[in-house]
Amino acid sequence: MQNYSAFSLFKQALGGHAGWQKQWRSPEPKAEYDVIIVGAGGHGLATAHYLAKEHGITNVAVVEKGWLGGGNTGRNTTIIRSNYLFDESAALYEHALKLWEGLSQDLNYNVMYSPRGVLMLAHNIHDVQSFKRHVHANRLNGIDNEWLSAEECKEFCPPLNIGAMRYPILGGALQRRGGTARHDAVAWGYARAADARGVDIIENCEVTGIRRGVNGAVEGVETSRGFIRAKKVGVSAAGHTSVIMDMAGVRLPLESYPLQALVSEPVKPAFPCVVMSNTIHAYISQSDKGEMVIGAGTDAYTSYSQRGALHIASHTLDAICELVPMFRRLRMLRNWGGIVDVTPDRSPIIAKTPVPGLYVNCGWGTGGFKATPGSGNVFAWTIARDEPHKINAPFTIERFRDGILIDEAAAAAVAH
Amino acid sequence: MSGRFRTPSGGRVDRRRTIRFTFDGKSYQGFEGDTLASALLANGVHLVGRSFKYHRPRGIVTAGSDEPNALVGVGVDDAHYTPNLRATQVEIYDGLVAESQNRWPSLNFDVGAVNEVFAPFLSAGFYYKTFMWPRAAWAKLYEPLIRRAAGLGRAPEQPDADRYTQVYAHCDVLIVGAGPAGLAAALATSASGAKVFVCDEQAEMGGSLLAEKTAVIDGLLAADWTAKALADLAARTNVTLMPRTTAFGWYPHNFLGLCERITDHVAKADPKLPRERLWQVRAKEVVLATGALERPLVFPDNDRPGIMMAEAARIYANRFGVKPGDKALIFTACDSAYRAALDLKAAGVAIAAIADLRAAPGGLWVDRARAAGIDVRAATVVTGTSGRLRIDSVSLAKLGPDGRTGASETIACDLLLMSGGFTPSVHLFSQSRGKLVYDEALQAYLPGASVERERSVGACRGISDLDTVLNDGAAGGSGAAQAAGFAGALGGTFAVHTDSVGTDGFIGVTPHGGHPSKTRAWIDFQNDVTAKDVKLAIREGFRSIEHVKRYTTTGMATDQGKTSNMNALGLVSETLQIPVPQVGLTTFRPPYTPTTFGIFAGQSRGDLFDPLRQTPIHDWAVAQGAVFEDVSLWKRAHYFPRAGEDMHAAVARECKATRQAVGIFDATTLGKIEVVGKDAAELMNRMYTNAWTKLEPGRLRYGVMLREDGFVMDDGVVGRMAPDRFHITTTTGGAPRVLAMMEDYIQTEWPDLDVWLTSTTEEWAVIAVQGPLARKVLEPLVEDIDLSREAMPHMSVREGKICGVPTRLFRVSFTGELGFEVNVPAGYGRAVWEAIFAAGKPYGITPYGTETMHVLRAEKGFIIVGQETDGTVTPDDAGLSWAIGKAKKDFVGKRSLARPAMTASDRKQLVGLLTVNPKTVLEEGAQIVADPAQPIPMTMLGHVTSSYWSTTLDRSIALALVRGGRARIGERLSVPMPDGPITVELVEPIFYDPKGARLDA
Amino acid sequence: MLLITCPHCGPRAELEFSYGGEAHIARPIDPTGLDDEAWATFLYKRSNPKGVHAERWRHLHGCGRFFNVLRDTISDTIVTTYPAGQPRPALPSDGKENAR
Repeated sequence: MQNYSAFSLFKQALGGHAGWQKQWRSPEPKAEYDVIIVGAGGHGLATAHYLAKEHGITNVAVVEKGWLGGGNTGRNTTIIRSNYLFDESAALYEHALKLWEGLSQDLNYNVMYSPRGVLMLAHNIHDVQSFKRHVHANRLNGIDNEWLSAEECKEFCPPLNIGAMRYPILGGALQRRGGTARHDAVAWGYARAADARGVDIIENCEVTGIRRGVNGAVEGVETSRGFIRAKKVGVSAAGHTSVIMDMAGVRLPLESYPLQALVSEPVKPAFPCVVMSNTIHAYISQSDKGEMVIGAGTDAYTSYSQRGALHIASHTLDAICELVPMFRRLRMLRNWGGIVDVTPDRSPIIAKTPVPGLYVNCGWGTGGFKATPGSGNVFAWTIARDEPHKINAPFTIERFRDGILIDEAAAAAVAH
Repeated sequence: MSGRFRTPSGGRVDRRRTIRFTFDGKSYQGFEGDTLASALLANGVHLVGRSFKYHRPRGIVTAGSDEPNALVGVGVDDAHYTPNLRATQVEIYDGLVAESQNRWPSLNFDVGAVNEVFAPFLSAGFYYKTFMWPRAAWAKLYEPLIRRAAGLGRAPEQPDADRYTQVYAHCDVLIVGAGPAGLAAALATSASGAKVFVCDEQAEMGGSLLAEKTAVIDGLLAADWTAKALADLAARTNVTLMPRTTAFGWYPHNFLGLCERITDHVAKADPKLPRERLWQVRAKEVVLATGALERPLVFPDNDRPGIMMAEAARIYANRFGVKPGDKALIFTACDSAYRAALDLKAAGVAIAAIADLRAAPGGLWVDRARAAGIDVRAATVVTGTSGRLRIDSVSLAKLGPDGRTGASETIACDLLLMSGGFTPSVHLFSQSRGKLVYDEALQAYLPGASVERERSVGACRGISDLDTVLNDGAAGGSGAAQAAGFAGALGGTFAVHTDSVGTDGFIGVTPHGGHPSKTRAWIDFQNDVTAKDVKLAIREGFRSIEHVKRYTTTGMATDQGKTSNMNALGLVSETLQIPVPQVGLTTFRPPYTPTTFGIFAGQSRGDLFDPLRQTPIHDWAVAQGAVFEDVSLWKRAHYFPRAGEDMHAAVARECKATRQAVGIFDATTLGKIEVVGKDAAELMNRMYTNAWTKLEPGRLRYGVMLREDGFVMDDGVVGRMAPDRFHITTTTGGAPRVLAMMEDYIQTEWPDLDVWLTSTTEEWAVIAVQGPLARKVLEPLVEDIDLSREAMPHMSVREGKICGVPTRLFRVSFTGELGFEVNVPAGYGRAVWEAIFAAGKPYGITPYGTETMHVLRAEKGFIIVGQETDGTVTPDDAGLSWAIGKAKKDFVGKRSLARPAMTASDRKQLVGLLTVNPKTVLEEGAQIVADPAQPIPMTMLGHVTSSYWSTTLDRSIALALVRGGRARIGERLSVPMPDGPITVELVEPIFYDPKGARLDA
Repeated sequence: MLLITCPHCGPRAELEFSYGGEAHIARPIDPTGLDDEAWATFLYKRSNPKGVHAERWRHLHGCGRFFNVLRDTISDTIVTTYPAGQPRPALPSDGKENAR
């Protein structure tokens, strides 16, 4: 892999940048691989990277129906944090956060992980109780998360309106190590690193079937570019997971919802951190380019249309304009939608399936980006060893049958 | 006078009305009807901004909303300041204050231009390849530098002083665009009587007709025909004309978002008017007449101030009476630029030459240019330009048949006009999910089959000549009327005298013979993306246009690629040697042009952000100085401080009064549902864990409701008013959920049940009177109800009158004291409250708020759903097994409780906590462990759900959920806090009057 | 914002409705007779099709009634709506459904 550094950039600049190599190849699919990953988003590419890097499995294909990083990886609001309540989630997201901290160096690709702090706002007494519960649990799990008074919130994020509001800001929980990263760079960085270790990333290759042998085990995938054999197939297809798993006859507890995001026109630095408000439904941060990146919860109904309703986006902007009234004159530049797959407990599934050789990593809902390195890392482990890593062991399909749910949303969001 | 470059006459500006404005602190004059761009050009100002990355001097390129360069900040102060407005859209008014952006210290001398020196290193995506070491440096050093350099304008630093509003509207036909096609469509469709909306983003309707000087339509000059058409339309009552209104978004089922700009162009706006208005329009049919945008040509150094689109220059000359320069050179790949050249010449601009990319241009327009003495050079390209803050010369070279360029010649000029042909504006069509089809001949994407009820007319579907455009518009308008169910539309044809400018054009990079790595030809002006950048991306393996876009940022600026996308596609296609359609197409997303956040928020601000629910007693509590808290949509009195009291003092006093005498509490916010019908009890049995069959009328029961997954969803006291009638109460926030779930079951699972639900939350005011003296207070006020212990035991309900008002009087206690909850019709709530309060005065009746309510119930170990439960708690976890009807075969959630994990012995169970030091009050949410000295991550056994100082007990109390908690009662555990662990003892979750003697009193 | 035709009230804007999830999933008559797997299937597993989806909506701010909708989840086009309790209508064989 061609090394990226200030020096190489300098050298190439002198040569008119003629010497840069392809960041990844565009190979034709081989007849057979040890492992096929379905879906070249951040999670799928990370899985391939860690399969090659940590498990020595390099005969891997990542098949993608469109272009790599073109799904939710390229559409999300790029928030990274790990201050989850339950031990299971905290371990998973903290595993990811630790990998984020060294990811640019690991991949030799600047993914622009920017720990500028994620501040989650409390607007009523119930929020305060809930966030303090998070803060205490996080502290005992070794995860940074601290309680800020409203005035401290304002000090940390001066544009915030902590004055009179319909739901005034009573304080907030701040994870200083939380922040953002550059979403495209994550996909590209993983693609380049995986490709360098021999992984074939095959774009414009839509999976049309999953072939199973007489014993029921996976034999490979049918694609728009022909059949590709493999004894292990890992599905990392986000919103389309149900469609893919259906091909193998597996029905999962998943539904796909539109999730919208939008950006403003770029302005000079005016917002220093990430602010989230679950109570009034909005997130905001400012990208390095200067755009305010804004998101909210999912739309109301299931859909694969990759667009959302105007009234949902409007409601998000209601909240932003209340939180930061000086942004009311900023202008929406672009509004788009992704498809997120949501499980009943809003936690992911990273597990073996009832079909031998078929593995699934799905159900990330609105929170998948932040988990990308950790998710790929433990999914690779699961595929390589045919057993879950201890971090993803709780994130089974069977938990729904047995009632062992990991319900962060329920734990946070019940009003009284 | 409004500038040296104003033509002596002509144009649509009102020369009688001089407008004074400032740009970068300098005063200028223009005329009414000018845009900021036309007024600056009239004053000879081309340099209006600096580019994003290299801080290159930039001028006005277009005359419309596609402007990539001329972005300005406008506003007299920060409360009215808007960054990134296009000077080509800003209408001037007296006192307008505008400034350039992204430069320091000044537009003429910008320190940021030092980036030009580093340009070789700032190649596409350079930031992905460096800034990685040392690890912390990205966030601490490099990123802040990049962030400061990026961004365009500055965000205002004061809250917006303006207001915005929203309108929902329906129409039969919505016509987007009021150029020739749109006007023709409007005339045709409105003749049918259909309700028609016509919107156009510009201040004046007419589109390209406003710059048309020679065409004749139905015997009238274009300008006169346009005026007549607009007058006709304005006179029709079924037509709404909406200028300054941009259709920015298309949402499913023919639902469009429109932004109307109302006051930005006015010096002294009526303060009653909003600044902008969001129209949300559901149209039976939509006619898209969105026109086409002229494409720049991509050639070396094509970004200097003074380089402009040819058609834009024509618009400035014809519509605004402005000469964009003294001496123009024209670089074109199509005939329309000849028309522009001739019009400019007529306006007094010298035409140095027309360099035509085409090998053998010919035909009417070329002949006319030659006849006018213009130097027309076929097969000629621009190979470079010069001029630091304004173009001063252009290098031309002959293009050989082999594609090589010959020797170059330098020609002096102060204006370079370019035209690569026109790109149809298919943004809204694409947003409607209609499929775009690439037309090889036009080198353009055109609307294919419709998905929504819509049709495109005129230039936006690749038709360019005025006669065909008008007739296409009329046919489309007539078709839309018919499709909307209106006959009688006029689909006639227009008699037009005009000359075709054809459909030639060019996409990609024009041949220039320069060194590929040294030549910079801009594709995306605003984001500073050059052809070189795109080629680098391709060299690095980015093949999909989405990848190229994201890697180079081409098309991602505030114009969203309006001027750049097709050229980028052309370049990728040429470089990869694959046809344009195979390169792909980036998705068109709303909004069409940037749209103010404020209109989306609209009136939804301050107290109108969310509905505000207040009880009939709210104003009384306000008058008493209560402090309120938000609980779902309700405002609830949190506590009633007296002078000098903080919350703790107030709550201590309120608790003491209620325990010792009597307290009064507004419980109106509790949800209430009336369940009526022969099968009411059966429904109750199925919905709640409890058994209801044997509950006698006149009795109350505490009910628990689960979700089907077995977790506690809601609770509340339920009264059986009659064999077929129940009065349910729910939690304050839970009422809509509970009603929706019950409706769901009776409508879709058990439609055979004869039972009806009515929300009565708003019908009853609920006044809780609690304390040993409660009976004494109420007794004199009630009629027909015997309040005695014998006649009305705990957990009973009676109907009668209080203060002459009908009541459902509950004997119930959430405090542990003798207590009543007086339900009266909401309209009498305040009066009855005040009567009770007056009657209680001699007994020291004390109003208390939710905080005291919480303390009192915690002393009794009563749970609050949402505090002791969190959506992961079963009834058994919460100590509510007693509330489960054991004999019942089924109820909602029962089956889920039988799942293995739901019955495990180590589930978190409700317990009481007593701190070993009675003065220590635990923090709610604090975690509980066995050994506080264990290493992190610790094994957490549970958490504190409720914690208070109990005045009654003169010590702290807490409730908690603890793993296997019931079996641990008597054990000591620890709550590790940042300043040290707190030892607690697990006790039964009841601290006061465990036998319930007081509430039975 | 979708335009949804309530079978009882006619076409109305989406804002008047609440979404109720997949349709035609009947609550088992005897839940206790189901094993954990079957119960979990009822509780959690949904078809989540990319294509026509039978789903429940309630005309919350109108007649208050639940009804069913066939909607194409790719385009969000509504194929038809019908009262709760009625079986899912067969789709036109050519598959070229239009919004009603």
